[in-house]
Amino acid sequence: MPTLANDFLGIRSPNPFWLASGPPTDKEYNVRRGFEAGWGGAVWKTLAEAGPPLVNVSGPRYGAVWGADRRLLGLNNIELITDRPLELNLREIKAVKRDYPDRAVVVSLMVPCEEEAWKRILRHVEETGADGVELNFGCPHGMNERGMGSAVGQVPEYVEMVTRWVRAATRMPVIVKLTPNVADVRRAARAARAGGADAVSLINTLNSITSVDLDTFSPEPSIDGKGSHGGYAGPAIKPVGLHMVAEIARDPETAHLPLSGIGGIATWRDAAEYIALGCGNVQVCTAAMTYGFRIVEEMVAGLTLWMEDKGFERLSDFQGRAARNVTDWEHLNLNYVAKARIDQQLCIKCGRCYAACEDTSHQSIAIRDGRVFEVIDAECVACNLCVVVCPVEDCITMEPLPVGVVDSRTGKVVEPYANWTTHAHNPAARPQRGPAS
Amino acid sequence: MARSTSTPGIVAGRLPAAAYEQNFADLHPPYTAHEAAVAADRCYFCHDAPCVAACPTAIDIPLFVRQIATGTPRAAAKTIFDRNILGGMCARACPTETLCEQACVREAAEGQPVEIGRLQRFATDALMARGGHPYERSAPTGRRIAVVGAGPAGLACAHRLALKGHAVTLFDARARAGGLNEFGIASYKTVDDFAAREVDWLLGVGGIAVELGRRLGAELELDRLTRDFDAVFLGIGLSGVNALGTAGEAAENVRDAVDFIAELRQTRDLSTLPVGRRVVVIGGGMTAIDAAVQARLLGAEEVALVYRGGRDRMSASAFEQDLATSKGVRIVTNARPVRLVADGAVREVEFVRTEDRPDGFADTGETFRLPADQVFKAIGQRLDAAPDGLALAGGKIRTREGGRTSRPGVWAGGDCVADGDDLVVTAVAQGRDAAEDIHASLTR
Repeated sequence: MPTLANDFLGIRSPNPFWLASGPPTDKEYNVRRGFEAGWGGAVWKTLAEAGPPLVNVSGPRYGAVWGADRRLLGLNNIELITDRPLELNLREIKAVKRDYPDRAVVVSLMVPCEEEAWKRILRHVEETGADGVELNFGCPHGMNERGMGSAVGQVPEYVEMVTRWVRAATRMPVIVKLTPNVADVRRAARAARAGGADAVSLINTLNSITSVDLDTFSPEPSIDGKGSHGGYAGPAIKPVGLHMVAEIARDPETAHLPLSGIGGIATWRDAAEYIALGCGNVQVCTAAMTYGFRIVEEMVAGLTLWMEDKGFERLSDFQGRAARNVTDWEHLNLNYVAKARIDQQLCIKCGRCYAACEDTSHQSIAIRDGRVFEVIDAECVACNLCVVVCPVEDCITMEPLPVGVVDSRTGKVVEPYANWTTHAHNPAARPQRGPAS
Repeated sequence: MARSTSTPGIVAGRLPAAAYEQNFADLHPPYTAHEAAVAADRCYFCHDAPCVAACPTAIDIPLFVRQIATGTPRAAAKTIFDRNILGGMCARACPTETLCEQACVREAAEGQPVEIGRLQRFATDALMARGGHPYERSAPTGRRIAVVGAGPAGLACAHRLALKGHAVTLFDARARAGGLNEFGIASYKTVDDFAAREVDWLLGVGGIAVELGRRLGAELELDRLTRDFDAVFLGIGLSGVNALGTAGEAAENVRDAVDFIAELRQTRDLSTLPVGRRVVVIGGGMTAIDAAVQARLLGAEEVALVYRGGRDRMSASAFEQDLATSKGVRIVTNARPVRLVADGAVREVEFVRTEDRPDGFADTGETFRLPADQVFKAIGQRLDAAPDGLALAGGKIRTREGGRTSRPGVWAGGDCVADGDDLVVTAVAQGRDAAEDIHASLTR
């Protein structure tokens, strides 16, 4: 039986599923419910410095993008960091950690860019017995207008400076949470590492407007007819999160920097993918907000079963396995040739593959009598669009041609690996070399 | 003593008053907006969609379902009406399980098609509820066209002709327009007087003068019509009913199922409509099912539907057969009536058992009797009096492409033509296509 026991920066938790900093971790009541449901840890919703509590809007905080059957695909929010008194939060954090010593309790923080402010709040947090801190350099709405959140995360020099202050002021593990609203996330990760961060967590939410009300012409979510961009989260942003995690994991400067994966994780499979790209654990928010805390049962059972099937004993057995397969385009095998194959037993004859290929791709699917859809190998470039639009999983697959056979599209024999760097059409072609690994 | 299902003879009021409303409520209640959204989400927007090919009027189903999914049911309705102006009735009466929904790829994938009929109703109801009429007529052409028969074929033809700017006179033999929509379809498929409301809505296009109580061969003559009008369309349906040809058929309480159904449709208070205690329906089509089910719903204690062949040879769909059995109708197959036993009124029906043969049915010689105080005949209808000078095929009016009959200036469509198939939707398609052909021939 594999174990999901997790050790992230020395912070132990029974599984790698932490509730991310956000509405589900705003107060003791919620976090206790989360722990009772089985979550391995929680990052407490971001605390601000002592003083008058923050004020949230009293209208819609969330906007959404739905898929078929109104499945929530994307969620955006304009909620600020905690609007509860600092004292209250600290008291509750202490109580929760006391009652759940086996769970990870990390505290998210955001205070003005002054060293003293950070020192003050860190002293308070240390008194709670919390396991670590997460610096919120990612929040892209509201707080950034006041010089915090993503306003820090978007400037590597600020990231490094604040991280350094925090590193110097506490012995607790320091996680820096990164914003995806940047051109190159690696610069912020390098800065966090340079400042002494123990880990980075990513991604925070993406700047977004989910929709426009066509009656009032207000963006959504709408507050009295006006809208401000919110932070986009949920399944829709998983691809962005996976990419940014992979970029940091394969950057030589940050290759060994521990990663906490965040962004659209809704199932055990999403979590496994983040871990395979190098994450030491994962954090979940939108999926819990969509379905409630019980989803962690599926995550724990599913990940355990998959690891058992794969023969993995512990998370580290597959952590980072996929990161080594993330490479630059120029290293992709240009001699790899696949062809679409349609399983006629599974085909339900909807013809979506045909419409997509005929209208927008390579005219590689023929309709035979009786609505039999067949791939024309001589035209198929294996773009995968037919697979993408087919409603039946595994009905259309991409089958590679073995080396040595003739590709009927090009009339050429399939050759062994070779990439762009040595390609005849590349003006900057370098002498041949093997695949990057 | 209060009447009940077991009261002997043919009596009204077998059920408590409230039961009638419940029994004759909408068979497929309309979707709520939420249900429609969930159902519409399931459509895959197929290429060259099989459902469209399976629809006699070729409604662009993927497009209208997508329009519902994107929150524009009224645009969806326009997509439907462009092809089928009686899309509202077809949404209720079509045997979708053997047409569009049978062809739906999700039927192949999961045995659970997109519920196209109910979605169509959602869209058409949304537009019709707005009042007014969604089409504008073209400028008057000065042409006058007679449409004989205000059933589905005639209504579709009249509407399309009116749209083109022609002046249409729509004749019907009965006192109400609508044809089988008004007199033939089972009550629980078209509740709240929908057929009549649909006719009113359709006539809202303008340019259609309705003349009721005018029967071809009596008050109307084809020769006269062809002289008085620039074109004539016949959508006269099948007014004759096939006889059993068995001894005792003339006994009391033996009647045509279509008459029973028409009477039921025209009865406002169903507790006043008499029905037998033991009813035998003879036939295997939709008319037989409709008569049998409605007899049960009126409170008949025992209803047997007897068909001469096996279940798979019945023209009623499996869905309709299941509906009948779920309402308590006993379906007896492979039996042919040979004698109606009567003492003035019918008492029993004697049947002979049959076997299915590749080319028909053969008697086995074994007989049995079913008690009956009421018998409904539903073994098919025919064209009673074919208008003079029209070539027939199989006893019905022969037509060519565009609904042209053998007589110049005369078109035909619907159940009265040789390639009709007893479906409202086919009649609509033929009426519509004939209108296009008439228009083309008049404006050439």
